[in-house]
Amino acid sequence: MDTTSTPDHEHAFETRDMLLNIGPAHPAMHGIIRIIAELDGELIESADVEIGYLHRAFEKMSENVDYNGVIPYTDRLNYVSPLINNMGYCMAVEKLLGITVPERCHYVRVILSEISRITDHLTCIGAVSMELGAFTVFLYMIKAREFLWDLVEKVTGARLTVTYCRVGGVKADLPDDFRAPCEKAFEETRKVIKEADALLTRNRIFVDRMCGTGVITKEEAIAYGITGPFLRSTGSEYDVRKDCPYAVYDQIDFDVPVGSKGDNMDRYLVRLEEMEQSMRIVEIALSQMPDGPVLVNPETGRPIPASEMVDLGKLGEISTISGGCAVTAPSLEGSGRGAHPFIATDEKRAFLPPKEDTYGSIEGLMRQFKLVMHGHGVRPPVGEVYFPVEGANGELGFYVVSDGSGRAYRVRVRPPCFAIMSVLSKLLVGGSLADMTPTFGSVNMIGGELDR
Amino acid sequence: MTTSSLIESVTTEFPEAVTATHSFRGDDTLVLQHQSVLDVARFLRDDAALQMDFLMDLTAVDYSTFGKGAAPAFFASSGVNVRSSSQIPDEDPWPGPPDEARFAVVYHFYSSTHRHRLRLVAPVDESVDDLDSLTSLWPGADWLEREVWDMFGIRFRGHPNLKRILMYAEFEGHPLRKDYPVNKRQPLIGPSN
Amino acid sequence: MTEKSFLTTKLDEALGWARKFSIFQYPFVTACCGMEYMATACSHYDVDRFGAGFPRFSPRQADVLFVVGTISHKMAPVLKRIHDQMAEPKWVIAFGVCTCTGGFYDNYATVKGIDTILPVDVYIPGCPPRPEMVLDGLMKLQDKIATEHRTGERPAPEPRPDILEV
Repeated sequence: MDTTSTPDHEHAFETRDMLLNIGPAHPAMHGIIRIIAELDGELIESADVEIGYLHRAFEKMSENVDYNGVIPYTDRLNYVSPLINNMGYCMAVEKLLGITVPERCHYVRVILSEISRITDHLTCIGAVSMELGAFTVFLYMIKAREFLWDLVEKVTGARLTVTYCRVGGVKADLPDDFRAPCEKAFEETRKVIKEADALLTRNRIFVDRMCGTGVITKEEAIAYGITGPFLRSTGSEYDVRKDCPYAVYDQIDFDVPVGSKGDNMDRYLVRLEEMEQSMRIVEIALSQMPDGPVLVNPETGRPIPASEMVDLGKLGEISTISGGCAVTAPSLEGSGRGAHPFIATDEKRAFLPPKEDTYGSIEGLMRQFKLVMHGHGVRPPVGEVYFPVEGANGELGFYVVSDGSGRAYRVRVRPPCFAIMSVLSKLLVGGSLADMTPTFGSVNMIGGELDR
Repeated sequence: MTTSSLIESVTTEFPEAVTATHSFRGDDTLVLQHQSVLDVARFLRDDAALQMDFLMDLTAVDYSTFGKGAAPAFFASSGVNVRSSSQIPDEDPWPGPPDEARFAVVYHFYSSTHRHRLRLVAPVDESVDDLDSLTSLWPGADWLEREVWDMFGIRFRGHPNLKRILMYAEFEGHPLRKDYPVNKRQPLIGPSN
Repeated sequence: MTEKSFLTTKLDEALGWARKFSIFQYPFVTACCGMEYMATACSHYDVDRFGAGFPRFSPRQADVLFVVGTISHKMAPVLKRIHDQMAEPKWVIAFGVCTCTGGFYDNYATVKGIDTILPVDVYIPGCPPRPEMVLDGLMKLQDKIATEHRTGERPAPEPRPDILEV
């Protein structure tokens, strides 16, 4: 530096911008985002957001497995609300096939995707509050999520990566005693939400850091293609469930909470209210769901374990097992019942047979073979469709192109948080470095969905 | 606005640009010459009867192997009749891939006022250099176009910052092209497999 | 190797016992497994019962690296660097099947198991593993830490067999 031209005292006031690298291995960046910020003191002058650290080639993998094989990959898109992804993908393929599913199936899907939405918002609010120092709220929220996951596990057999929907139906019906544990879980969740509300909503530290930070206007949000709670916090009412209703959302009465200021606080409040609305949807759906399946007559449909049935069959003891109904292990209640007409389409060329059919009858085995073996499979007509559902972060769209073979030619996801992340650098610039945490947190960035 | 009139209003406005239309499964689709994408998009956004304020999605499809999929496995021809998909009833079939061109850039628009959706398809080739970027109309197109460049290698004219977004700068090739093998790794550190 | 005296052996064992219950972990969380990691760390499963309840987000202060979630080739140099920054003694847990082998993401973007770039002590497969399984893996690591002090030798991580080109 040339020190001769300027006197020393001027150097004392010379400031230079600092380049600060945040992430990807930074806890507040949720592990997979890198922000290169240019700081003037504490203020962010420019921010370069880099993504792609969790790119797992979902779209390429989808071209290399059959239609049902994509479902496990969709679980891992938005891994906080996998059931919504399942539902979106399956409905897109159903649209492509031109088939419809029974009403009860729609209700089951709606119930589970709303439960997923609650777990997603719980995680989001929990993470934001933890990053702002309210660790207790995080523990409470995860506690509530655990109750809801127990519920999900009861229905699907898995906690997180559920692979529950099928093209043309769902894997198993709701268990008989679903209502009671559901009420119990919601009671616990409501308690937690109330506690969190008491701890956060009027908490000085929390309010000061959330109010007026990360502000976005409605017009800007729309121009960036932002949807979901992030958009609704700005005052727009766009919600796929209301505006382009799918499944049975048009038969369920619920409200769409809308904010006005478009800041972090509004996003938090919108999410808080959406959880309540989701619970309301589940309760209404449970009450107006068409009647459940008839149980198998114990005299004709005696359930026995599938392995036992195979062994008896090998010994030639057909008479013992004829008319019997196999149960498979791990058995989900529901899958052992003759319930599939209520929860799955009758299009046999698309829907995987229930496991008790696969193991219990030759027709079922053949159907399974035809749909699963290489060179067979679900074969939609050539064409392209786009199907949007309301994900936890906004419009989750699946664009599927088929060339008539057993594998999708192209599967594209419209990831809701991709649009929100693209506006992030704009939201950060001008604010202080400390505002980055609540703003980034309220985006609810989910890596699997952002980078796919 | 009804579905067909949506297509009609664009077709009457841009008769030369629109090369084909269809409404397969109720999704209104316009196939356009790629030079006119920017003009049509501006019309969609600004026209009072259309008001497509959301650019929901922007992606591409590599049609180079369309319909040339691997031959079915041997047992498919072992006397067991594999029903073809054409037997699933279809009154209004899809007309087929848009063009001879290798890629198709696909845009999905939505109007929050009128609640209608429209898909634009612009067939382009690898060497295209006059497909205009939509960043001037929707800033959200910035990252979406970067992703298309990253995954397919399609260039957008007038894009402010067309560089890789999901893959790293050292990565060679464009992974979503059909000629890129699914497990061809290019690691920065460590063994390749 | 010289014969160790009774006292030093006992002292070493005590050190191993103390060390296995004071694990400072660095959660390198990238993907879906992070959800189960959170569940394990929170009230219901409470990893604190095993002395590993305190995540340190600085590699210099941590001694167990939890690699949670898919590692892509873009991420691999970052992970390697974090591991290099950790002070000895250090252990690595591969959490979830993606970190063990790459899982069902066998494609251009993902690393086929983090043991191609780091030594791994405990593998916890599962997609994602249930919290019970994570706790089991953690206890296995504790045994390993204790054994290390009992025998005075750190068993080298097994070399990964060469993957056959098909």
